[in-house]
Amino acid sequence: MAREPDCNEVVELITAYLEGALGRRDRKAFARHLKRCGGCANYVEQIRITIETVGRVDGDDLPQELRDNLIAAFRDWRSA
Amino acid sequence: MAPSDQDLLARVRDGDAAAFESLVERYHRPMLTVARAYVRGAAVAEEVVQDAWVGVLRGLDRFEERSSLKTWILRIVANTAMTRGVREARSVPFSALGAGDDEPAVDPDRFRGPGDPYPGHWLANAAPSDWSQLPEDVLERRETISVVTSAVAELPEAQRTVIALRDIHGYSSDEVCDALDVTAGNQRVLLHRARSHVRRALERHLDG
Repeated sequence: MAREPDCNEVVELITAYLEGALGRRDRKAFARHLKRCGGCANYVEQIRITIETVGRVDGDDLPQELRDNLIAAFRDWRSA
Repeated sequence: MAPSDQDLLARVRDGDAAAFESLVERYHRPMLTVARAYVRGAAVAEEVVQDAWVGVLRGLDRFEERSSLKTWILRIVANTAMTRGVREARSVPFSALGAGDDEPAVDPDRFRGPGDPYPGHWLANAAPSDWSQLPEDVLERRETISVVTSAVAELPEAQRTVIALRDIHGYSSDEVCDALDVTAGNQRVLLHRARSHVRRALERHLDG
């Protein structure tokens, strides 16, 4: 890349950018675009908020039968 | 504050059943996510994870804390699943990412066309909105979480596995690559597609 990406490229490069997988020059070109493009700055913020919101997804409760099985396995291990 | 893994580990080694239950609460779900990536069927995955817990207990004396506990536990579940999986085809085509699901992150109609002076840039009325201006509680509302939960649930399995480990269970890219035996590049593609899909669902919900 090295040249500044277009907006439709930004939305495909965002994960590589956030993961630190872009090379130094591409990373700079990406950041330069964000500085002057409000739409893409918003897009990056939307992805950050998406990640944060996925983090709020609750897991299902673990069934009691499973807990009982595992505690039994633990007691076996402890007495071995 | 929740006890650290090191604290729990020390207590489990001393035979503390409550500490073991806390470990189960903390790690059973990510273990299940990994197991499901290797074996077919929820019931088999459950068995694999229960076997893996026994493996964790047996390995405790040998575990030297050179890797983190969470990494070590996922490695045990992956190994347990692979031993099982010899007889069963791997359920998720992690390396063959599969054509057909490479949907663009954003609808191409929202960008200026090739004839425009600024091709590939947002059309004036189609640029993403500023979510940081939303009322604070909107993102924490049950209906918002439920939109996100459904969007994650409907993802193809490989994508769902990666986003769950990364963004729900908080594993790093290296830990996920290690547990699932995928390359960093493939992990990133799966994560990208998954997050893009969830963002679209959130956008439909928030911006209407």
